[in-house]
Amino acid sequence: MRNVMSNKFVITLYTLPALLLILVLIYIPIAMTGYYGLMKWDGIGDMTFIGLENYIKLMQDGKFWTSAGHSFLLGLFSTLSLLIYLAISLVLASKIKGSDLLRKIYLIPMLLSSVAIAQLWLKIFDPSNGMANRILEFFGVENTPIWLADPDIALYAIFIPIVWQYAGFYILIYYAALKNVPEEVVEAARIDGASPLQIAFKIKLPLISGVFKVTIMLAIVGSLKYFDLIYVMTGGGPNGASEVMASYMYKEAFKLNNFGYASAIGFGLLVICLGMTWLTSRLTKSENDEVQY
Amino acid sequence: MSQLATEKQITPNLSIPKEPKKSYWNKIGYSLLYAILGIFAIVQIYPLIWLVIFSLKTNSEVFGVSPFALPKDPQWGNYTKAWTQGNIGLYFFNSVWMTLLAVFLTVIIASFVTFAITRMQWKLSGLVLGLFMVGYMIPLHSTLIPLFNFYNNLNLIDNPISIILSYTAFNLPLTIMILLGFYKTLPREIEEAAVMDGCSIHRIFFQVTLPMTVPVLSTTVIINMIYNWNEFVFVNTFISSDKWKTLTVGINNFVGQYLTDWGAIGATLVISIVPILIAFLLLSDKIVEGISSGSIKG
Repeated sequence: MRNVMSNKFVITLYTLPALLLILVLIYIPIAMTGYYGLMKWDGIGDMTFIGLENYIKLMQDGKFWTSAGHSFLLGLFSTLSLLIYLAISLVLASKIKGSDLLRKIYLIPMLLSSVAIAQLWLKIFDPSNGMANRILEFFGVENTPIWLADPDIALYAIFIPIVWQYAGFYILIYYAALKNVPEEVVEAARIDGASPLQIAFKIKLPLISGVFKVTIMLAIVGSLKYFDLIYVMTGGGPNGASEVMASYMYKEAFKLNNFGYASAIGFGLLVICLGMTWLTSRLTKSENDEVQY
Repeated sequence: MSQLATEKQITPNLSIPKEPKKSYWNKIGYSLLYAILGIFAIVQIYPLIWLVIFSLKTNSEVFGVSPFALPKDPQWGNYTKAWTQGNIGLYFFNSVWMTLLAVFLTVIIASFVTFAITRMQWKLSGLVLGLFMVGYMIPLHSTLIPLFNFYNNLNLIDNPISIILSYTAFNLPLTIMILLGFYKTLPREIEEAAVMDGCSIHRIFFQVTLPMTVPVLSTTVIINMIYNWNEFVFVNTFISSDKWKTLTVGINNFVGQYLTDWGAIGATLVISIVPILIAFLLLSDKIVEGISSGSIKG
């Protein structure tokens, strides 16, 4: 038994393909990103070593910090919207007829590509022929917004399709977690005379707090990486009003050919993402984590 | 589980069960809840219905009549136009084969390594598993420039190999994590018996373990298929000629060229989302299961 299951050749054979792929296509590239950040490079010609110049520029680059601010703002909104999804899941999981069908309907946008969602919402936000302004007019709004063309609201407008896309995903996670709360516990509380609200807040929510913490991390880190939808809908515009870290990096690299500086941005994005992952997991950790889920 | 146990003990048997009050307020409350859930469902689904409606309209209907009106005479021609003028057929074909090939590679390679990590004894297995776990947290954009350079040096830019390799590598961490949960619950007795019988390790993997993991394999296949089908950045960055573009990038370019032809744009988008919707109709339970198992690793 031992001999067969610790055959070094077989272990290497089975592990190597996966290991090579992530080392060559994920780990070595992130190290290279840090290294390219030390270079002046247009992507085609030779690289010139310029030391920390790009990183110092990054630290002082107002555009980068504005785009990082936008990413964090999306992260904050996404985290706050989790509360709405949680409330909906609580209702859905409380023996409502048709909850199965409803949560499947909620999930549909999550299955579509960000490109299709972006193109669809570009039409919805169309100031003169789109659906959004017609609905506002129906409710008596006279000065309907120009949505994505208005620097003051472009970022907030983009957040609407983001919610539309991810709502069903989070509801699904919460629903699954709530369904895992043992029936006896809820029943016992009910017999003790606890109201549905008390059951929700004192029993169900504490029992799924582990899952809630995971979703906070997914929402924050997911927002920091956000790209596709913004790239297609506004390209970061108007005038940088909806620029996020990834779209700023992409523009510097593949539009402006500043591959050295873009690498520094990419490395900054990596540090911020891993840092926030670590921070949120530290902040949301509690002693009784092993109890939950 | 200690918390649950105490909860149970606290429950005294002496309290008198109260009859739940069934008042008008209760009924009104329930109707209100249903209304909220229903409105939310409409918000989630209506934009797609609206998309189908405007994909069947003429431009004068889009620009002249209310956006909520139904098309007077459905313009199926918009769909033929999208399919023929937009290269959609080719992009569609590329999406299908690249998605399937990458899914196959990801799932088989991930199965190999999960088997090695959970079933075989070696010192570095923890470290290797850790690499995959952390890999899940690494933002794709931080790897994009070196990857571009790497493929460029190997002459793989504008070559589907770069896409297949990238899809496979970046989906490995999540796939392995989903598989891992299942492998851990799988009884080892059958495999151990096979070893006793003198079965070779490859036969155990292919004929004993792999068939037992079919339920979770189908989950990972579905999740991978959705991710690859919808992927945008890699194709947009590594592919330049129409010949190799996938549907997401293809429709994005096509739509960009025909900014004002709403009917054709709508038809293109509908064509791109119909396969996913059909898959969802057929496999919704598996998809639901896959998405929740893919996210809860708390």
